Amino acid sequence: MIWDFEWTWQVMPDLMQGLAVTVQATVFGYLIALVLGLAIAMVRRVPVIGTIVHAVMEFIRTTPLLVQLVFVFALAPSTVSALTVGIVVLGVHYSAYTAEVYRSGIEGVPKGQWEAARALSLPAGRTWGAVVLPQAIRKVIPALGNYLIAMFKDTPLLLAITVTELLATARQVGSAGFRIVEAYTVVGFLFLLVSIPSAILIRRLERRYAAV
Amino acid sequence: MPPSDAQALITFDQVVKRFGDLTVLDHLDFSVAPGERVTLIGPSGSGKTTILRLLMTLERVTEGTIMVEGEPFSHMPRGDRLVPANEAYLSARRKRIGMVFQQFNLFPNMTVRKNLTEAPVHVLKLSRAEADARAEELLELVGLSDKIDAHPTQLSGGQQQRVAIARALAMRPEILLLDEVTSALDPELVAGVLDVLRTIAETTDITMLCVTHEMGFARDVSHRVLMFDEGRIAEEGTPDEIFGDPREERTKSFLKSVLDNGH
Ligand SMILES: Nc1ncnc2c1ncn2[C@@H]1O[C@H](COP(=O)(O)OP(=O)(O)O)[C@@H](O)[C@H]1O
Ligand SMILES: [Mg+2]
Repeated sequence: MIWDFEWTWQVMPDLMQGLAVTVQATVFGYLIALVLGLAIAMVRRVPVIGTIVHAVMEFIRTTPLLVQLVFVFALAPSTVSALTVGIVVLGVHYSAYTAEVYRSGIEGVPKGQWEAARALSLPAGRTWGAVVLPQAIRKVIPALGNYLIAMFKDTPLLLAITVTELLATARQVGSAGFRIVEAYTVVGFLFLLVSIPSAILIRRLERRYAAV
Repeated sequence: MPPSDAQALITFDQVVKRFGDLTVLDHLDFSVAPGERVTLIGPSGSGKTTILRLLMTLERVTEGTIMVEGEPFSHMPRGDRLVPANEAYLSARRKRIGMVFQQFNLFPNMTVRKNLTEAPVHVLKLSRAEADARAEELLELVGLSDKIDAHPTQLSGGQQQRVAIARALAMRPEILLLDEVTSALDPELVAGVLDVLRTIAETTDITMLCVTHEMGFARDVSHRVLMFDEGRIAEEGTPDEIFGDPREERTKSFLKSVLDNGH
């Protein structure tokens, strides 16, 4: 077969639209994972509630994301868009991982820091916000960044719940024009186009924060 | 002069502290008068740090009571009984007490200024300007005015410890707890820190509980020395009595071991 550049060019706008959905799902899902993961990591230190939360997170991490997506999509009211379901499920799923990352960061803060904060009578909000978290998060920025890329690569799963992200778009336009190979090649290329700069950025952050 | 309980600032009454099966403090009784400077000496593991940590509420007593200014510290009154104190009760009382740690424990993510103003601003509710003025004054006292915008990692151990002393004093505590504050320092940096503490002892009437192996310093600044062994007070007296003419065999052998280690 011969690569059809003209066709490729024609479907580019559709594919870019698909990419936009993919990026949107990644960005919002990631924001959820960043915030929720932090909350979970902090709550995990509370007796009883922490243990329950831990068990739920363990469950989320040991069941496939695809199953979670399909399951929640089936249960969600029809007024909620598939993309919204996808973003929330992605975010919650990944928060189970980011929570572990935050937790390791928090545990890496020396006990003496907590004790110094307590000796100064700092309230819990300042102990977390001004003493512990700034030190903990700094150390785990690279690990958090890796989950951004992992999540980006998981977004094609959203096509299982009818979200027309990049891969779903490619499948549609590719089979309509009998140009499957071109369509999927472009998808791979577009994924690279986003992943590589992100990976470089994350390595930079890693070097910058590892130094101190 | 061991104070009578009526005038005591701190009283330990039959305090027991256990970690699992290990009894670290064994029915300990002692008291400290307002303004008194007491040095705690004794072999490693004899429970000195635990005493300071109990006062700082970093640990809780297993049995017995600690009173500060006549108020139960580890326990709070409920009805006519004393029950273990809750966090709100503890935090209201903890503000009167400051502690300096062996490992400094400065906040590495904050400048020296922030280290000194964080608690005054957020706990004592001073304005930024008041807290800054206090920080500058204290840095002058510890001889580090030029380091106000430095980060702790840029300072030597001795400088970090002087900042940590200033940080504790910024809360204007009535009681200052010092736990082997020079033990982690290179020998040439010890004198600078001890000089700062001598100045504080001479110029303030802050009550001090000091765990140290620096016997010369202890002799200079303390009113009373308590020798601990296995969670009990083996001997107590004035510095002259304890260092000049110890009665107990355990005190003699402990002092000898400290001298042999080059202190
Ligand atoms: N959190 C803890 N858990 C278990 N044992 C502890 C703990 N803290 C201190 N200890 C033990 O208590 C004893 C007294 O410790 P410490 O008060 O630090 O003694 P000192 O300061 O006189 O060297 C030691 O045997 C120590 O190992
Ligand atoms: Mg000790």
